[in-house]
Amino acid sequence: MALGRPGLALALAPVPLGFLAVFFLWPVAAILRRGLAAGGVLSVLGKEETWTLVAFTLGQAAASTVIALGAGLPVAFLLARSRLPGLAFVRVAVLVPFVLPTVVVGLAFRTLMPAGGVLPIVLANAFFNVAVVARTVAGLWSHVDRRAEDAARTLGASPPRTFTAVTLPALAPAIGSAAAVVFLFCATSFGVVLVLGGARYRTLETEIYLRTVELLDLPGAAALSLLQLAAVVAALSVGAAARRRRETALRLRGRQETARRPSGGEWGVVAVAYGVVALLLVPVAVLALRSVSGWSLDGYRALAGTGFPGTLQVSGVDAAANSVRAATDATLLAMTLGVAASMVLVALRRGRLVETLDAALMLPLGVSAVTVGFGYLITLDRLPGDLRTSAVLVPLAQALVITPLVIRIVLPVLRSIDERLRQAAATLGAGPWRVWREVDVPLAGRSLLSAAAFGYVVALGEFGATSFLARPDTATLPVAIGRLISRPGELNNQMAYAACTVLMLVTVAVVLLVERLRVPGAVGEF
Amino acid sequence: MALSVRGLTVRYPAIIAVSDVDIEISDGEVLALLGPSGCGKSTLLRAVAGLERPDAGTVCWDGADLAAIPVHRRGFGLVFQDGQLFPHRDVAGNVAFGLRMRGVDKSTRDARVGELLALLGLDGYQHRRITELSGGEQQRVALARALAPRPRLLLLDEPLSALDRALREQLAMDLAHALRVSGTTALVVTHDHDEAFTLADRVALMRAGRITQSGRPEEVWRAPADEPTARFLGCTSFLPATVAAGVATCALGAVELPRAPDGPVRLGLRPTALRVDGSGPLDGEVLARVHRRDHVRLVVRLDTAMDAVAGIADAPEVGARVRLRLDPDGLAVLS
Repeated sequence: MALGRPGLALALAPVPLGFLAVFFLWPVAAILRRGLAAGGVLSVLGKEETWTLVAFTLGQAAASTVIALGAGLPVAFLLARSRLPGLAFVRVAVLVPFVLPTVVVGLAFRTLMPAGGVLPIVLANAFFNVAVVARTVAGLWSHVDRRAEDAARTLGASPPRTFTAVTLPALAPAIGSAAAVVFLFCATSFGVVLVLGGARYRTLETEIYLRTVELLDLPGAAALSLLQLAAVVAALSVGAAARRRRETALRLRGRQETARRPSGGEWGVVAVAYGVVALLLVPVAVLALRSVSGWSLDGYRALAGTGFPGTLQVSGVDAAANSVRAATDATLLAMTLGVAASMVLVALRRGRLVETLDAALMLPLGVSAVTVGFGYLITLDRLPGDLRTSAVLVPLAQALVITPLVIRIVLPVLRSIDERLRQAAATLGAGPWRVWREVDVPLAGRSLLSAAAFGYVVALGEFGATSFLARPDTATLPVAIGRLISRPGELNNQMAYAACTVLMLVTVAVVLLVERLRVPGAVGEF
Repeated sequence: MALSVRGLTVRYPAIIAVSDVDIEISDGEVLALLGPSGCGKSTLLRAVAGLERPDAGTVCWDGADLAAIPVHRRGFGLVFQDGQLFPHRDVAGNVAFGLRMRGVDKSTRDARVGELLALLGLDGYQHRRITELSGGEQQRVALARALAPRPRLLLLDEPLSALDRALREQLAMDLAHALRVSGTTALVVTHDHDEAFTLADRVALMRAGRITQSGRPEEVWRAPADEPTARFLGCTSFLPATVAAGVATCALGAVELPRAPDGPVRLGLRPTALRVDGSGPLDGEVLARVHRRDHVRLVVRLDTAMDAVAGIADAPEVGARVRLRLDPDGLAVLS
């Protein structure tokens, strides 16, 4: 047997697994049990309405995924294979939508397409996820040895033929993995559907919310949660299978060797990619313009207050402070959990156990935030110091959402460190912790920082779980925005736009920081 | 015995990589484990280092079983084929790493780093970045890094294989020198017999997870244990022969082999066993020829097609008839 570092894995594994058990599995299981015990699950599954809901959820997710792939692939080509000025800007522009708060995006598309319907929902979901496709695929594409394509050309293949016969199969793992993640995000998307769908267009996620919060129909909600869980597990397995192929099958090379100036038909692809980037900027620009409509700063001034009387219990500024506090706590927690989990997965090397653990750690991404939030309310009273009324509930839930992202950024980087480097340090007398400090931390340091920054903006924008768990006086900025736009009043609208713009600016600032920290040639997934 | 490995077995799911192996290395001795790729030699080395868990058998140092001692407390140095230098540290940072782990103070570390860089011909390289070094220089730094904490045993895993030929030969000499000067006990794993013979006091040949033969380099070279070992050591054809009073007689004639035992033997012929010589007793036709570095390699037809060599200056053309002579230096004797 090749020795991994079982001691290290054993020492660390309880941290993320314990957290996952207490703050994820237990609450979700409690909700499901309560729903199942009350009976009526079968009757919910038997209703035609349920399956209409399932069909709409999967259908809109599939459509969004197709659009995100279509828009993301040219951008991936631009980022991975072209040597052109201004790519740093493209990288930031693509990433910003992904970390924008969902309500903000919902609001932007409602402003752009006031007529409503399915199209804005699909486009908004795709808008979010272009970044996932572009960055996941570009991450692999920029490291794929270009000489296989050169060989195909010398053997008589035309450029399009080379793409379909050589490039596409090499990228298939990344495309598959990205498609699975995007599908997952779209199928469980909450804020966007809530803002854009209204009462007419509902997905499993918003329906679970509706039944839990407003209809108090727990068996119905539990049945729908079970359905959603099944879909999520299926999507995660597809993604895990794709990742397995990707990490083993390719001989990777540095980006400098693979990027070239585009030629011939490639310029067409580049033009499409720039078009996509321009389109991605439209909703962002609309929000920023609306926040100063009539060239007044009333919206921003209103942030000091609580909006139209009776709308909010905290001022915009207080909500922003709440956001910062909660996101900071959530980031610290998620970094601890995510890094510990990644260390365990690396220390155990490969195998079925690692794959299962890896997939299990991704589960929180795909389970309804509402289910988790409601689960907290019915389980956490049994822990010492009743957490249900505590302000730590929001950071806990946010940490659950961002930990999988931290793992997806940190794990590939830790895996890309040659195990023999750690072995060399060990033979020179470094124990397991010393090896981590002397080898892993210096080599993955920038990725760790970038994971923290990335997790931080996602926590800042988190809406689903936070809106369920935050008390009126601890509302975060996205929750306040959600509330502002659900109430009439010009002041509320302008204030919401201003709050959105503030969130976007913070997001852009952090994304710029992440870009500066980016290690050239690193292999993270987002 | 400093290192003593007994009955060591390492199983992988599909194969037994190392099968019931015994090796011993005495203080200051350099042992080369020589074998084709995939024979299990690297796995054996990794098991000695503590990076691989044996399924059976023991690894002992001065009689003490090392099973419970983790890698970082064994005090064994390890040099990988491709260096595996720490990319975030400069040359001095790499070489001093092991000393730092042992809590050696800064001035002692600096002195030791300087000493080792001098020994390996890298004077003044302390603050070079790893990425600025050539492959050969990187491998020298890797060696300095492993030697710096004065390991009880130095493990070298194909230390020269990643280098090009000229560099490999130079570094092999330097490495042999460094090992002698520092009196280091070492285990070298390699598939290259030149490398093994240059570095080692003793060679152990390994095939399919087992040690097939071990002995001084010249013994192993002259008398391989069996035909596969002989083939691995360069023999390309085999002939039955009879030895009497130090003279072996075979189908190609008689040749002096003073150390061969009397009686029937098999001779293993390396290409150099047949040399073109105008006054030689054998007659053949040249079927093919290629230039090597310092000789010309031929295929000649005697009774069958056989390998032979000629000097570069008088190399015959394809189709020419040549006279040949058996050269005892190109022969191996199999019992």
